[in-house]
Amino acid sequence: MTSASSRPPVDMQSDQVAGIQSDTRVVVANQWQLIWWKFRKHRLAMFAGAVTALYYLVALFAEFIAPYSAGTYSAQHTFLPPQSIQLFQQTEAGWRFFPHVYGHKVQVDQESYKRTYVLDESVVFPVGLFVRGEAYKLWGIFTLDRHLIGAARYGDPVHLIGTDRLGRDVLSRTIYGTRVSMSVGLVGVGLSLLLGVILGGISGYYGGLVDNLIQRTIEILRSLPTIPLWMGLSAAIPLTWPPVRVYFAITVLLSLIGWTTLAREVRGRFLSLKTEDFVIAARLDGVREMQIILRHMAPSMTSHIIASVTLAIPGMILAETALSFLGIGLRPPVVSWGVLLQEAQNVRSIATAPWLLFPGLAVVVAVLGMNFLGDGLRDAADPYQT
Amino acid sequence: MIWYIARRIVYLIPTLLVVSVIAFLVIQLPPGDFLASLISKAEETIDQAQVDALRERYGLDEPIYVQYWKWISGIIARGDFGDSFEWNRPVSDLIWERLGLTMVISLFTLAFIWVVAIPIGIYSAVKQYTIGDYLVTVVGFIGLAIPNFLLALVLMYIAFRYFGQSVGGLFSPEFIDAPWTLERMLDMLSHIWLPVIILGTSGTAALIRVMRANLLDELSKLYVDAARARGLSELRLLFKYPVRVALNPLVSAVAWVFPALVSGSAITSIVLNLQTTGPLLYRSLQAQDMYLAGSLILLVSVLTIIGTLVSDILLAWIDPRIQLQ
Repeated sequence: MTSASSRPPVDMQSDQVAGIQSDTRVVVANQWQLIWWKFRKHRLAMFAGAVTALYYLVALFAEFIAPYSAGTYSAQHTFLPPQSIQLFQQTEAGWRFFPHVYGHKVQVDQESYKRTYVLDESVVFPVGLFVRGEAYKLWGIFTLDRHLIGAARYGDPVHLIGTDRLGRDVLSRTIYGTRVSMSVGLVGVGLSLLLGVILGGISGYYGGLVDNLIQRTIEILRSLPTIPLWMGLSAAIPLTWPPVRVYFAITVLLSLIGWTTLAREVRGRFLSLKTEDFVIAARLDGVREMQIILRHMAPSMTSHIIASVTLAIPGMILAETALSFLGIGLRPPVVSWGVLLQEAQNVRSIATAPWLLFPGLAVVVAVLGMNFLGDGLRDAADPYQT
Repeated sequence: MIWYIARRIVYLIPTLLVVSVIAFLVIQLPPGDFLASLISKAEETIDQAQVDALRERYGLDEPIYVQYWKWISGIIARGDFGDSFEWNRPVSDLIWERLGLTMVISLFTLAFIWVVAIPIGIYSAVKQYTIGDYLVTVVGFIGLAIPNFLLALVLMYIAFRYFGQSVGGLFSPEFIDAPWTLERMLDMLSHIWLPVIILGTSGTAALIRVMRANLLDELSKLYVDAARARGLSELRLLFKYPVRVALNPLVSAVAWVFPALVSGSAITSIVLNLQTTGPLLYRSLQAQDMYLAGSLILLVSVLTIIGTLVSDILLAWIDPRIQLQ
């Protein structure tokens, strides 16, 4: 990334005066402003940042955004295909804005008794925003019954992404899954960060035998095949454990291996900062070790650590999805993307209901977004680099 | 060189020790000892003498480190991995062919990754910031973002829906239990491309990025300008020096690609129903057939550690500077 960084951090204006003005802005700007300016120029990373923020918003307000609750089922509407929203309706007076979906008729094959759905354009279910629906408790505190999107008449079967084998709304379940899957990433990375910063810091700051020992440990951990190991360890989680404890056990398992990358990053930073003039000056002034680390070294590492953390989250999300998909990670009634994809475990169920792969799309977009975001952050992390 | 290899092998010992302890832990983790679950699962009653013999063999009444010692010394001295209770056969009967197939798939995938990633990486670096480069970058990112098992599911669905064939498995039905013959080998080769592509995508995407970054670093160096000034043809210039230097980190990348491959193949194999270690491990974990599960984890780990060692030695051989560090 040598080519982009040679340009000044602010867009050069053709006007000479503006150029000088922006130059003085650069000189007095603090580190975080410089990082922000550099990051802002990375269009793709900005867009990816917006996508990521959207994901966390969905995770935060899952109850409000989802049309149904995660467990609502309907025996009459199993494997209902996705209904596409029609924005306009033709009336005698011409086209009018009237968002709606069409209903379905069930046809039973006389020979095989196989049920198939046929689109029935005579049945119209209006769709609206901020509609009244099932009551829910937002964050377990506020009792509300408004949903961002859903059937305008309470009780109409509107399933934009279809339903699964129990007639549960795939869209709603994916939205609830966002909460669990995205937070597994965050919590897991939080734990790895703790381990990584402490062990990487010790390793980089003290060096010598301790460093050697920690580096060997990291090498050992990195040469292990993670998924078989995770499979073995998570299969040992007792079936009787409550969902919350399983959730934490899985995140701990994921971060036990995930911390190594972060530790390496932190160690590398410490090694290069240790010989910087301002650190040596602080040491000569007799500043205490802890104070040198926290006051002088940590601030210049934070941006790099944020970038590495962003790049580490997708790995966690993918790992959790894979484990839950196999049935040895999170388990129902917890709803995560991996748990949802379990419904689509073989070709036969996908052939019946391809829309069950929708949570997979959610995974791919989330991981893509965070990778691009992390990449942009990494490029912007060191604004002084030329 | 010999000293370097010797040092690497010495480093190997603590790693193997840790791996064996972890595998042993996995065996020990389920509540209750496995004899209890064996007795509860057995169809006919097992007489007490038999139970006592097993108890004696695995040292179940003794402290845990004695049990570990009995287990690991049996493996090292006699190749005895214990018995699989679900299959009622020694573990060593069950695993070798599957381990071999895991190895074959991983090596094929590694070759695939190299063959695809290197030319694309070179192209992407030479044509930096062109449409082709952006396309490669975006496709690469998508390749990294799609979980293997999801790709497997989607490809299986496409094959089923549009070509009307089911593509799972590594052998045609008539060859599954057949002995190794030339026909069986050819049959396997005609099936292996799908898992290889599925497993290879994320590794390929990662290596393209590594190759591109390395080559870009090299291309901006002065010796490239010097060579160009001397009038070397562009193609010759590219392949004679910068590409060769840029390949070095790619060799060391094998050290982390290989464990990821072996590890990723576990889930893909379960989805595609391949006869590798993954599905066997999965089933043994579900049935709490712990000696089988522990042995599989141990062997798969040893496999990846040896793979890492080989790549380290390879790297030191290609780039002698490494030995000095």
